[in-house]
Amino acid sequence: MQTDIRRPAVARSSGRWAQASRAAGAGPGRPARGRVNPLPALVLLLFVVFFVLPVLWLLLAATKTDDQLVHNNPLSFGSLHALRANWNALTAYQGDAIFMWLRNSALYSSLALVITLCVAVPAGYAMAMTEFRGRRALLVATLVVMLMPNATLVVPLFLEVNAVHLIGSMWSIILPYAFYPFGVYLTYIYFSTAMPRELLDAARLDGCSELGAFRRVALPLAAPVVALVGFFSFVANWTNYYLPYVMLPQSDQLPVQVGLGTLLDSVPQFNPTASTLQVERPELALATLLAIVPVLIVFLFSQRFLVAGMLAGATKS
Amino acid sequence: MWSGRAGYGFVAAYTVLLIAFGLVPTGYAVYFAFTDGGGTFSGLSNFSTAVSDFRFTPAVEHVALYLLWWLVSLVVLVVGLALLLHRLASRGVSRALRFLYYVPGALAGAASVMVWLFVLDPTVSPVAFLLRAFGYHTFGEVIAPGHLPILFTLIAFWTGAGGWIVVMYGALNNISQDVLEAARIDGAGAWQTAWRIQIPLLRKWIVYMLILAFAGGTQLFVEPQLLSQASVGVAGRDYSLNQLAYDFAFQNNDVNTAAAVSVELLLVGLVVAGVFVARSGFFDAD
Repeated sequence: MQTDIRRPAVARSSGRWAQASRAAGAGPGRPARGRVNPLPALVLLLFVVFFVLPVLWLLLAATKTDDQLVHNNPLSFGSLHALRANWNALTAYQGDAIFMWLRNSALYSSLALVITLCVAVPAGYAMAMTEFRGRRALLVATLVVMLMPNATLVVPLFLEVNAVHLIGSMWSIILPYAFYPFGVYLTYIYFSTAMPRELLDAARLDGCSELGAFRRVALPLAAPVVALVGFFSFVANWTNYYLPYVMLPQSDQLPVQVGLGTLLDSVPQFNPTASTLQVERPELALATLLAIVPVLIVFLFSQRFLVAGMLAGATKS
Repeated sequence: MWSGRAGYGFVAAYTVLLIAFGLVPTGYAVYFAFTDGGGTFSGLSNFSTAVSDFRFTPAVEHVALYLLWWLVSLVVLVVGLALLLHRLASRGVSRALRFLYYVPGALAGAASVMVWLFVLDPTVSPVAFLLRAFGYHTFGEVIAPGHLPILFTLIAFWTGAGGWIVVMYGALNNISQDVLEAARIDGAGAWQTAWRIQIPLLRKWIVYMLILAFAGGTQLFVEPQLLSQASVGVAGRDYSLNQLAYDFAFQNNDVNTAAAVSVELLLVGLVVAGVFVARSGFFDAD
């Protein structure tokens, strides 16, 4: 993660470099002096269209009737009236199931987030700052589990949870979510590279207990990396599909990701066996929008922290 | 470095979670993979049941083909786009583009599949003209089984590439200006600078991206699952290995064979991770 940053000074000077080299004009493989090759700009713009167009379409789709969706220009605005109608139809689906799913997602992701932070940050701190038996083994286990494709553990996790009769309990997904080795690794890197040891030594000389030093000195300084771990963990859990799909048998327990799948089953255009009185495509588009709003909000609010956290990790070396 | 018994207190909770949700399920998978329904040791028979299942070889082929497309597109396009963004004279434009490329990242999971179900349906797609130009007029034609590796690549690239572009861009920023300046004085153009200096210096990050993308790619589940739901069987429910493991466990009630598939996937993941840790020096922990 350390390189996942933009250092303003470097960025500016490399900008100047680009300008300077452009002004200097023709090197080998460059267009003739004074003429700018339009191809790079075209490629960059093409990819803007690729990444943004589907999102734009989704926003607009929620404002149309299904008929407008098929016959109007794909990038036209429908009407507020249609948007309200879609909203009503969606919320009426299985007695506001959509809100229940969103509430479940929020509950699972935020509980897991709290546990992750309480567990991962002290663990990363201890592995970076203290020496104890088994520390290296723990570190290696963390790295291995972090790189292991964890969706392959879903079926074994089901077997384990089934053996202790916890299938259908919300803890069967919250606790696996809360186990987040990548977060431990991130905090470990942060504390071992960006944390001045003298500060902690001073705190101990002043009579702080180890816990006190962690809470009063280390933790406040680690705010950026805590935010970073929190962001990654929240997004990973909010968007997880496979684990809750397997662990939660009842519709009223589903998080919104799995709920979208249920909704998809009720759209006649995608599933001809669905009865025609259920939901249509615009409602599905609206539900998808609702499902991503929390991630977008978290992203926008944590952006400042994210950049700070990435910068903090980079000041080493 | 403090010597401290306090260390144990700090890592206790994490160790419990690591054991309960990392080590125990792995051990459980291995146990189930090597025993039969009654709990007696059965050697490799679960593995041979899995491998000889008529769905197994196609599933491996599907995942392998998808991985090929996905990894190649990541390397070529992510590195290429990051280099182009890095050459932009205007920092503001570059930052705005990186943000726009990252936006679909918020739509990971089922949400991205929903979006692409629409984009790939010629009746409502914003790029219906393109689909028609290729000769596809119905959703079923677009999602024909032969197209799936490319379609899953499109979905994965759309959601995941933006984050990697940000990472690569950051890595490019860390390349010393002196090196680039020296190259320029020696007469290297943009292309030669990229090919001879920037890309070699990015190697570690490219490997890192490939490993994580490989590990993620082998886990393909939600995309084929939802697509098969939406296509009334055009795409099968047993397209990927994880779907196959799911089917063994919950359709055939054969958790032992399901565990064998999981163990195989874990082995592949661990070998790749091991090679990565050993070869790249990326996680030089101490």
